[in-house]
Amino acid sequence: MDIRWDWIADNWDTILGAVWQHLILVIVPLVVGFGISFGLAVWAIRQPKVYGPTTVITGILYTIPSLAAFALLVPIFGFSMLVAFVPLTTYTLLILFRNIVAGFQAVPREVLEAADGMGYRPRQRLLRVELPLAVPLMIAGVRLAAVTLIGLATVASILGSSFGGLGQLITEGLQTFFPTKYVLGGVLSVVLAFVVDIVLVRVERLATPWARARAERAGA
Amino acid sequence: MNELITWLTAAATWQGETGIPFRLLEHLAICAVSIAAATAIALPIGLYIGHTGRAATLAINLANIGRAVPSYAVIVIILPISLQLFPEYGLDLIPTFVAMVLLAIPPILVNAYAGLREVDRDLVEAARGMGLRERQILRNVELPLAAPVLMGGFRTAVLNVIATATIGAVVGFGGLGRFILDGRAKGIAGTGELLGGALLVAVLAVAIDLVLALIQRRLARHADPQRPGTDAASDLPEFPLPEMQPGRI
Repeated sequence: MDIRWDWIADNWDTILGAVWQHLILVIVPLVVGFGISFGLAVWAIRQPKVYGPTTVITGILYTIPSLAAFALLVPIFGFSMLVAFVPLTTYTLLILFRNIVAGFQAVPREVLEAADGMGYRPRQRLLRVELPLAVPLMIAGVRLAAVTLIGLATVASILGSSFGGLGQLITEGLQTFFPTKYVLGGVLSVVLAFVVDIVLVRVERLATPWARARAERAGA
Repeated sequence: MNELITWLTAAATWQGETGIPFRLLEHLAICAVSIAAATAIALPIGLYIGHTGRAATLAINLANIGRAVPSYAVIVIILPISLQLFPEYGLDLIPTFVAMVLLAIPPILVNAYAGLREVDRDLVEAARGMGLRERQILRNVELPLAAPVLMGGFRTAVLNVIATATIGAVVGFGGLGRFILDGRAKGIAGTGELLGGALLVAVLAVAIDLVLALIQRRLARHADPQRPGTDAASDLPEFPLPEMQPGRI
């Protein structure tokens, strides 16, 4: 197999454009999915009865293979971006919901009691005490969801050229029997997943400065 | 909706090598064979790492790689290699099958490792003190206790292969994905076929996962009758550690 490096050099703009489109395909569902999951998680913490049914429903949505999920929406939304956005959003729900709930549950009871004793009101306690302590598990969920979506977002392009992204490079490459293009699309989607994962690990460190301070103190 | 009913009730939809029964069989066959192949590779390694505690970083790295590598990408990265090695059969079955096996290995291996690691070490030591051999400890102590987690790995692996087999239609594989692609290629006229194919894939995946979830629940009750284990949460794939959760394909 010969990789046509000259093609890659000549089409740099197209390639970067595809990476950018791919990020949009991932970020929009991730943000929407996080909002929905956060709401469901807060609800489930107040009403434990909600947890079971929510995991069952989001679990079923998570089980549907991606190509089928996209295809099911084509007759409803045509080839608009919703065909890609809706299933990609639903795929995040199970992962994010469970991790957000686990994050809140990981906050030690003594900490909550201390906060109550210090006179925090429920909303203040949620925002200033529980939320920061739940961050590590939440970001673990976001990492998994982001990496999963980067892979799944390539699949939408099988159904049409309107979704763009790295999947579009793959599908066009296959249609024109041009290995450089489809292998590049595949490799870049894997690379993007690793890069995004590493970036989110950094975000977690920045969002939890106390963890680093503690580690430094322990080291000193 | 009407298109879907028209397609589902057409005689041709159910007959011959392009009919639903044949495609379904094709889909199930490649899934079964690739799960068997992946198990043969991943289970012994996962059990070895879990039992001995050696090479644990391998399992964790594999978990990370496994979830970052998506099926469509794996198929197209394998495709040119497969075309070069087998110029006549390089399309179709080979890239799809290889991708399926590769994507089924990480969840099986990682959950085998994590399942064994979660077994109380005191129990293992007690078994050793009672004079059980390593092989007996693995079979009679560790495996029954780790079975639900192992099953969680299989569930993820099975979902991965069902989804990947569907995508295999892009490189010419048969299976149920064929209906989605052929329906798509026919445009408006193929709406029924597109929808029907997607519905079949979705129902197949959900149904098989449900069966595996029920088996997993029985295994959990068997492993630890004290634990309630009947809550809905245990119906879902086991994610042993946050950093080792399997990805979806």
